[in-house]
Amino acid sequence: MRILVAMSGGVDSSVVAALLKQQGHEVIGATLQLYDHSGPAKPGACCAGRDIMDARMVAERIGFPHYVIDAESRFRESVIESFADSYARGETPVPCVACNQGVKFTDLLNMARDLGCEAMATGHYVRRVEGPEGVEMHRPVDRDRDQSWFLFATTREQLEFLRFPLGEMPDKAHVRALAEELGLDVATKRDSQDICFVTNGSYAGLVEKMRPEIEGPGDIVDEKGNVLGRHEGIARYTVGQSRRLGDIHTGTGERQMVTAIDVPSRRIIVGPRQTLTSDESRRVVRLRDMNWLIDAPSEGVRCGVQLRAREGLRQALVRPLEGGRAEVQLEEPALPAPGQACVMYAGDRVLGGGFILADR
Amino acid sequence: MIQEAALRQSPVYLDANATEPLRPAAREAVLAGLEQTGNPASVHAAGRKARIMLEEVRKQMAAAFGREADCCIFTSGGTEADTLALHGFGRAEGRAILIGATEHDAIRKAAPDAALIPVDGQGVIDCTALEEMLATRTAGEGGQRGPLVCIMAANNETGVYAPLQDVAALCRRYGAFLHVDAVQAAGRMREQDEFSQALKDGSLAGASLALSAHKMGGPKGAGALILPEDRPLSPLLPGGGQERGRRGGTPALALHKGMVAAFEESRKQDWTMLESLRDELESIMVKAGALIMGGGVARLLNTISAVLPGVTAQMQLMALDIEGYCVSAGSACSSGKVSRSHVLEAMGQGEAAGQAIRVSLPWNVRAADVRAFGEAYARMAQRFAERGLLKRPASSGGLDGR
Repeated sequence: MRILVAMSGGVDSSVVAALLKQQGHEVIGATLQLYDHSGPAKPGACCAGRDIMDARMVAERIGFPHYVIDAESRFRESVIESFADSYARGETPVPCVACNQGVKFTDLLNMARDLGCEAMATGHYVRRVEGPEGVEMHRPVDRDRDQSWFLFATTREQLEFLRFPLGEMPDKAHVRALAEELGLDVATKRDSQDICFVTNGSYAGLVEKMRPEIEGPGDIVDEKGNVLGRHEGIARYTVGQSRRLGDIHTGTGERQMVTAIDVPSRRIIVGPRQTLTSDESRRVVRLRDMNWLIDAPSEGVRCGVQLRAREGLRQALVRPLEGGRAEVQLEEPALPAPGQACVMYAGDRVLGGGFILADR
Repeated sequence: MIQEAALRQSPVYLDANATEPLRPAAREAVLAGLEQTGNPASVHAAGRKARIMLEEVRKQMAAAFGREADCCIFTSGGTEADTLALHGFGRAEGRAILIGATEHDAIRKAAPDAALIPVDGQGVIDCTALEEMLATRTAGEGGQRGPLVCIMAANNETGVYAPLQDVAALCRRYGAFLHVDAVQAAGRMREQDEFSQALKDGSLAGASLALSAHKMGGPKGAGALILPEDRPLSPLLPGGGQERGRRGGTPALALHKGMVAAFEESRKQDWTMLESLRDELESIMVKAGALIMGGGVARLLNTISAVLPGVTAQMQLMALDIEGYCVSAGSACSSGKVSRSHVLEAMGQGEAAGQAIRVSLPWNVRAADVRAFGEAYARMAQRFAERGLLKRPASSGGLDGR
């Protein structure tokens, strides 16, 4: 079939493209240009990033057409700007979810349909399973590479059209060996790290540059408003974190954690970890923009939920609410960060998820 | 449809304005030139032989535009010729620079501070505006030279010709120096086109011309700047003082031989057939829903700039490439990303600037290929219409694509 492969120029998506071509499919490679690789010094300058060139070379070597899609303005609006907005609201966003949801699985996927493709494949580590009641999303075989949490917002209609060949791979070494076998120069290329558009390593610095109103130090206070210390900027804090609280732990004699970020007063509110993690009132989490990968049961579904990218499951009952929202009743109290995702699992299967709201 | 593309051995090439296929005569000339060992600057016999060959080629190139041999400076291509003109006549001589709003990047990027001469909705230089601009920049008493005006003879995207006779007359009247970017026009000259007319009646006697070999069916990597008279010019590359001190570096004798051979072939070509193929294709594309940019004025005989309302140029290029057709959009950067066309933007075409593709028929185009492309284009437009992308213009009820 004619299949569009979203290629980043890295080893994973290169292997996907080469494998599909080897299987006899009509492969079309596409690389999204998400930002100007020439850097801010040269606005509008021509911009052949190394990754784009790598993707092209792979396409040329394997023998299929490859195109560079300009998604700069869409990426800026739908990912980078909303990333900054989210921080400016005191949240901790997940830009990769926004990118998968919008630029990749909406725009690029529609483009694939417009080009007469029957499917679109990516190098994500997640499994697409044809179940008895339609297509399902599952965790990949290689748990170390699991990207299902970042892909929860994929709709069933999108999932129908998508293919994730790497979901079946036992481990990354296997993928690299395949790349080697296929003669791909990218076989030894380093894995991408962190947030792709943060180039100098400081996401907080980027947010502060984009939203100068939230830049600058402020007070760290307890729940009663007593000042316990100072902080360097609210964008550096996430609800639930205990790092970057200086000597407040020793000062109060208890391990503290961030419970809230008050943007207008630029205050970081903390509380003692021990008390918070046993606070029964912190068992309910509300979600917005739910994506259900099952038919949402009105009585709710008992499942495991994952509240952060790298974290274990917590048992919960998730009930759908009006307006694309949901209520999560956790068995144990937790301090999830607003803006992060709450993803529901039943065994390996992703049932859906939503974004954590600030109000409890 | 897919089968058809799969059956064909190689893709159909309809991107002549990017580069023309090599003409056989040019190929032979290049090969003959490559056999020559000597450096034209050497005093020995081999050097002398190369020198004679080079000067012969130079004489032919210059004579083609009615100039003396020493008016021809060989360069690495059109971009260098344009840049040299901007540098030598512009900055080095302290002239203000005026350029057409739809000029190629070879000019635009080399003169980022230049004043832009507007064009109308068809892409034709606005001579009234040019006159106003010249009137405020006349040669002054304090030794200030008149401005340098850079205009392309024919636009690379739309093929639209500049009114060179009028432009040249204005330049003469206001003491401006005229540089003509003839890269697209020179290899496709016919008696009736505006560039040929302006050459013939002497309008361009005082102008310099930029030429590019590969746009004529010659090799890539060669070009020339033709001066109005043999005169010194501040070089970009001083080097060993070649080209009478106006362009350093050993000339690419073989490539310049190829350029002259290609040019001469182009002058012998009967373009009638090609033009009628273009016209036929254009009407098929219009029936499919395309709007032709610059369609109401004199254009290069091989060029079509076609907008498919609502469909990005990127999407059209991909869809056609997958079917095995090589066409292009206004401006593709080195990464392959397709951007909006600055030419159509300057023409005030708004949205359309991101929705135009350029079809430019090469000198050796085959009628069957042009017709196959027309069918592929119509099918593509039909599919985009079915997917709800293509916006049929409301005002023209007749263009329903059937």
